[in-house]
This record gives sequence, C-alpha cells and structure tokens, in this order.
Amino acid sequence: MKLRVLKLAIFLAALIPLARLGLKALHGDLGANPIELITHTTGDSTLVLLLATLAVTPLRMLTKQYWLIGVRRMVGLFAFFYACLHFTTYIWLDKFFDLHEMWADILKRKFITVGFLAFVLLIPLAVTSTAGWIRRLGGTRWQRLHRLIYISAIAGVVHYAWLVKADLRRPIEYGVILSILLGYRVWMKAKSAAPSTVRDRSQLPAISSQ
Amino acid sequence: MCHLVILPHPYQGDGSGPRKNFFMLIKKADDIRSSEVTPRSWYSNRRTFLAGLGAAGAAAGIYGVRELIRPSILANANTKIDGIQKSPLSTTEAITPYKDVTNYNNYYEFSTDKYEPANLAKNFRTRPWTVEIDGLVNKKQKFDVDSILKMASPEERIYRHRCVEGWSIVVPWVGFSLSTLLKKVEPQGKARFVQFTTLNDPSQMPGLKVPVLNWPYVEGLRLDEAMHPLTLLCFGMYGEALPNQDGAPIRVIVPWKYGFKSAKAIVRITFTEKQPINTWNAANSTEYGFYSNVNPNVDHPRWSQAKERRLGELLKRPTLMFNGYGDQVASLYSGMDLKKNF
Repeated sequence: MKLRVLKLAIFLAALIPLARLGLKALHGDLGANPIELITHTTGDSTLVLLLATLAVTPLRMLTKQYWLIGVRRMVGLFAFFYACLHFTTYIWLDKFFDLHEMWADILKRKFITVGFLAFVLLIPLAVTSTAGWIRRLGGTRWQRLHRLIYISAIAGVVHYAWLVKADLRRPIEYGVILSILLGYRVWMKAKSAAPSTVRDRSQLPAISSQ
Repeated sequence: MCHLVILPHPYQGDGSGPRKNFFMLIKKADDIRSSEVTPRSWYSNRRTFLAGLGAAGAAAGIYGVRELIRPSILANANTKIDGIQKSPLSTTEAITPYKDVTNYNNYYEFSTDKYEPANLAKNFRTRPWTVEIDGLVNKKQKFDVDSILKMASPEERIYRHRCVEGWSIVVPWVGFSLSTLLKKVEPQGKARFVQFTTLNDPSQMPGLKVPVLNWPYVEGLRLDEAMHPLTLLCFGMYGEALPNQDGAPIRVIVPWKYGFKSAKAIVRITFTEKQPINTWNAANSTEYGFYSNVNPNVDHPRWSQAKERRLGELLKRPTLMFNGYGDQVASLYSGMDLKKNF
C-alpha cells in the first residue's frame, strides 16, 4: 500500500516537467527559443531522474526502508523516457534528421559524443528492466549489466559540463551529488570487504582444500 | 548634405597580418548638424522648470531638479526617440519581435539565464551616467551620456545580430556611428585599439557577485574596426530608448562579430597601443578569440558555427561570412588567416 501510493506520487511528479512544457506550448509561452527550452528541460529532467535512480539504494540502506527498491525501476524508466525525448529533440528539431550532420557531430563534438554514449548505454538497461529479463539473465549478470548506469550518469554530467559556456554551477552540483552517490557505493564495498575476510576465505576453495 | 571622402587609413592592422593600406569612407559632417540646434522643446522645458520652481519649491529633490535643468532625452525604456533617420546600412529582413529581443538576453552581469535579465534589470539606474574616455587621446574627458546622445542625429540601423551560441535576431537599433564620438577625443597616432568597459556595480547587477567571468566585463576592437561606419554607438531600439536588459543606456553594436563583442552599459572607453584583453578571451582563449568575427567556416571548438537559428524560425539557416557584412568589412582582414585570428 505504502509502495503503491509512493509509486503513484513519483509517477505524477516525474511527469511535471513534460506537463509544464506542454502547457507552455499550448499557451505559446515557450519563450524566444522554444527548441532550446525543450532541449534543456528534457536534458535536465534526464539527469535529475538518473540521480534519483542512483539515490534509491543509498536511501534504502541508510533508512533501512528496503521496500523502496520497488520504485527504482519506474524512476529509471522515466530517466530513459526523458533521455528519449531529449535525443528526439536533437535529431528532429535541432538537426531535422540530417544523419550526415549528426554523425559528424557525434564524431567531432565531445559533448555530443559523451551525451550519445550516455543515451546509448541506457537502452539495454531499459530493455532488460522487465521481470522476464531479470530471470533470463539471472540476478548477478543482470546486476552487473545494470552497473552501466554509473557510466551513463557520469557521461551525462560530463555532457552537461562540456556544453555550458562559462557558468558551471549546475553541472558541478550534479557532479557533486553523483560523486556522493557513487562514493557511497565504493565506501560500502570497501566496508563489506574489510571485515569479511572470514567469509571470503570460506569462498576460496583453493585455500580451504590445502 | 554629406560629402564622402576617401582617406588612406592610418592604422596598419594588428601586426598579425601583413601590412595593408586600408581605405575607408569617412563621413564629413555638415557645417551645422541638425543635432546641434537645440530643439524648441528644451527651451520650453526650461521655462517649465522656472515657472514650476516657485510651486514645487523645496519639494523638488536634487535629482528632480537636475532632470529639469538638463532633461534627459532618454530617461528610460519605452521613451520614444524623436527624429530618427533611416539608414542605407539597414537590412530589409524581417525584424525579430520586440518581446523576444527584450526577454532573451545574454547579460551575465545580471544572470547567466537568458530569461532573467528582463526582470533583474528592471530597476537598473541609467541616469545619471557618465562615459569616461581615456588612454591615448588628446582630449581625455568624461561625457555625460545625454551629451553624447546629442552629438549626431539618431539613425535606425536594422542589423543582423548573431550570438556565438548559434542563434540570431534582426534588431532595429538606434544610434550613430561610434566614429562620431571617437573622433571628438582626437585619438593619438600610437592608439591602435579601443577597449570598452561595462559598469561593475554588484548592488545593481546581481550576476557580478558570481565569479563566472572576470569582472568588469571588457571588450575591445581594433581602431579601424571601431571607426568603421557599421560600428554603432547604440542607445535605442525599436524607436525607443534601449531597455535596461539590452544594454542601456549606451552600448556598441558590431554587427559582423559575435554578439558578445558588442559591449553593453559602457562606462569607459580606453584607447590603447596594445591589443586589449577581452573578457571571454580571458575566460577561454581557445574558444573566444579577440576578433570573433562571425565565420561559418571556423567552428567553436565545441559546436558548429555553420548554421544558426533565427529566433522565431523552426529550421536553421546557414550562417553568412561576417554575418553578411563581408562587402563592407572583409577588406579590414585581407591577408589575415581568419582560422588563426578567429
């Protein structure tokens, strides 16, 4: 019940950026440069939702509210949803399906290259987000695959940092939050590795057999 | 009546290109400019002042009195500018809506968000305002901005304006050639560059509290660029005084260069022998060169400059060499490698 309510709330909240764009478009209120506004809004929403996805695990652990895992897939899929909108805006409204120009961009422009990488890495994660795929891949392999989100999020923040002219404040904010979220994982891993030598030893058949 | 005389240009480029003899057109002024004739309305204003003095008495604040003694033609935006002449230098392209030009401003002194200066600059004080001219000139002086506005009759110059970010607008600026002002102070022979300094007042310009760029904002031109007839000393647009967010009370417009070269809210003009630092160049010299001429063939290291989005249009259009002003300005750079001198 708690989970259902929370999921509904997150679902609605995640739609706010899109709804605001839609309302503005309806009122002809997208400003002087509508395509830029759409690009920035969808890109920003992608990053925020990626960070939110990465925040679920630390939040579960720190609050011991383990049921929160139930919202992670939805938040992650919303990140992918906005990434798709962002990418569509680029190929449609910015480049008008000029594949030649887009390919040149991807090869030549560092910020496009990393942005493209960030997007492409999310595709297998979205595809394998179903219960069926988790079963097919098996928990360990599935988990390993989904660590691609770390690279995607880093690439996404770098993409943002590389496109701004001078004001790095927002990309730095995102970078700091991402570092904390990834740093937490490194720290947890180190912590679980250090005192668990006994358990580790039991998992090493070469040593136990001697 | 204007006479066009061709004078050999005394300045020899910036040293990075081969020496060239530049020629340029210099407009010879009429004996008595229409702008030197004091309009009747100002006399009557003074009479109003004298008549009203008794009534207003001590109630009139110092500022109010000063306003009455020396009425500013352009106290604030939405003040219509009288006597604007059309200019043959104008483009016939469709003018960008006023709403867009006044709500989408790259003005980092207020904010790095282009939609914010319109609101943040609302109470910006543009009077009293002085422009100090110093450096290598015979007549260093401080001009009250209103005295500058009277130096020539205002012209409407409809120019293309291309931002380095890849968008463009067409704006009916109001002003007159910067050369009118620069000639008055008699540049010395050694002077080869001019530097413009923007107001640095964090109490009025909140963006200055953030060290995004090195403040104050400075920009520079080679003297022959500054003296070029296209280079506009601008104090209005759309027939009215310049709105605060667009650089009031006085700025320059250099239409063949990326927008950031056109410094806003100028308080100082300095004549120098050495090429001055400009803010964006200091921030990132590989991305923003001293010249920053609009050039579709020289990309910004991080994005293409081949196309631009004209505000209000869906499809991008090709960017023109020198923003379409090549016929007038290409000769300024003949012999120079524009890929190196970007």
